[in-house]
Amino acid sequence: MIEDFLWRALAAGVGVALVAGPLGCFIVWRRMAYFGDSLAHSALLGVALGLILGLNLTLGVVVSSITLALLLVLLQRQRRLASDTLLGILSHAGLALSLVALSFFETLRIDLLSYLFGDVLAVTMVDLAWIYGGGLLALAVLAVIWRNLLAATIHEELALAEGVPVVAVRLCFVLLIALVIAIAMKVVGILLITALLIIPAAAARQFARTPEQMALLAAAVGAVAVVLGLTGSMQWDTPAGPSIVTGAVALFVLCLGASKWRDLAKAG
Amino acid sequence: MPDSRPVSVEAGVDSLVVVSGLEVSFAGRKALDGVDLVVNPGEIVTLIGPNGAGKTTLVRAVLGQVRPGRGSVRRRPGLTVGYMPQQLTVDPTLPLTVQAFLNLPRRRPKALLETALAEVGMAETLGQPFQDLSGGETQRVLLARALLGQPDLLVLDEPLGGIDFSGQLALFQLIGDMRLRRGCGVLMVSHDLHLVMAGTDSVVCLNHHVCCSGAPESVSHHPEYLALFGPKAAEGLAVYTHAHDHQHDPSGAVVSLSKPQGEA
Repeated sequence: MIEDFLWRALAAGVGVALVAGPLGCFIVWRRMAYFGDSLAHSALLGVALGLILGLNLTLGVVVSSITLALLLVLLQRQRRLASDTLLGILSHAGLALSLVALSFFETLRIDLLSYLFGDVLAVTMVDLAWIYGGGLLALAVLAVIWRNLLAATIHEELALAEGVPVVAVRLCFVLLIALVIAIAMKVVGILLITALLIIPAAAARQFARTPEQMALLAAAVGAVAVVLGLTGSMQWDTPAGPSIVTGAVALFVLCLGASKWRDLAKAG
Repeated sequence: MPDSRPVSVEAGVDSLVVVSGLEVSFAGRKALDGVDLVVNPGEIVTLIGPNGAGKTTLVRAVLGQVRPGRGSVRRRPGLTVGYMPQQLTVDPTLPLTVQAFLNLPRRRPKALLETALAEVGMAETLGQPFQDLSGGETQRVLLARALLGQPDLLVLDEPLGGIDFSGQLALFQLIGDMRLRRGCGVLMVSHDLHLVMAGTDSVVCLNHHVCCSGAPESVSHHPEYLALFGPKAAEGLAVYTHAHDHQHDPSGAVVSLSKPQGEA
């Protein structure tokens, strides 16, 4: 007999993994892992905002992530500071500011660890609605912009010459990352979200021949990682979020090994 | 503009692109100053000039990506343009077959992809990983992608870059043939003076302004051309105007001249 909370945790984790896989492929292809990480870290600002204003926390994170993402795109237009410097500033400013802000509200008893590392076993039906509503929206938008985004990822000028609205597509993609970070926070926490975006994609790369195959494989690897992680978490009483990421890492190592073995077998 | 001379080719009603008196500035500095350029159907126009001379800016203006500060860029109404960027490398983290590459930014019927690949002599590569292609093969696949939209005008930015010499000759010949077969105009940026001068209808030598323009022979004796590229550049010209008795396929192997040649 499986408890209800476990079903909800599974549904939430799998839901997030199905979106994070395809989106994470673009993060890998565009070398934006650090961008995702910075955005995720500063998502704690949204949590602080939500708690202080009494808003829905997921909404708070969506709003703050989108604001920060837009701010970052604007800041990247100036050339005096490199992109990774800006990202580093944003990432740590977000984390530090929100911790300071939260400390002012002594009456707020919040479990900080649950935001940093996720609390998937406490997922409610409202959280599930956010995950599946937001997730479906993100997948739908991604499907619509897929070819344009891929063309712009491979060569921006060529895409522009072929009529792709490059700036609009890039903006759309950044908003999608912000949305996915918001819905993934509950599952793995803000410190581990990037792992769920890039590890399944990296594992899928070993076997994919086309971008579409890699996206589907990444979604599947992520979903299996969730099942593995939650099972392990129940078995050995380990924290759920980190267990899911551990599961993803195990799958990555397995895929890497399998593809090396396959290459060796082919070679000789 | 004391240096902008009239272009040799007259602009007519069916001219694909007519650039006149174009001025483009970036941060107060003129990248292009009083530039005239005409590309007619079936004609190869080559842009030459030193690095930073504004060649890419002019190409982007022709593509409609740069707003003219002064002057105008007139494209024939309904003009379709095929663009081939300078060398393109795809990150190895992105799995991509030639077919998937050609299906960007929109999906095309497979038969159309096969026809375009056959036209550039790459029929066998449809299912191959894009990253496995050699430099010359990559340029040919890029050319195939530019052809997919059935362009009236091909804009090629350094199409011969990063290819060995025999590959350059073959690719250049292919572009010449294609222009004859399809009747499209070609605007090409190139560094490879000798090769280009031999097979081009008109050369525009650019250094922010048009230094000189016209038929290759006349340009190569122009004092400004000699000042930019040195007298050696004019001497080398004759070497590649001889008729070829064979050509090379993309892998470099010698094949006989079976197809009608552009410069025969």
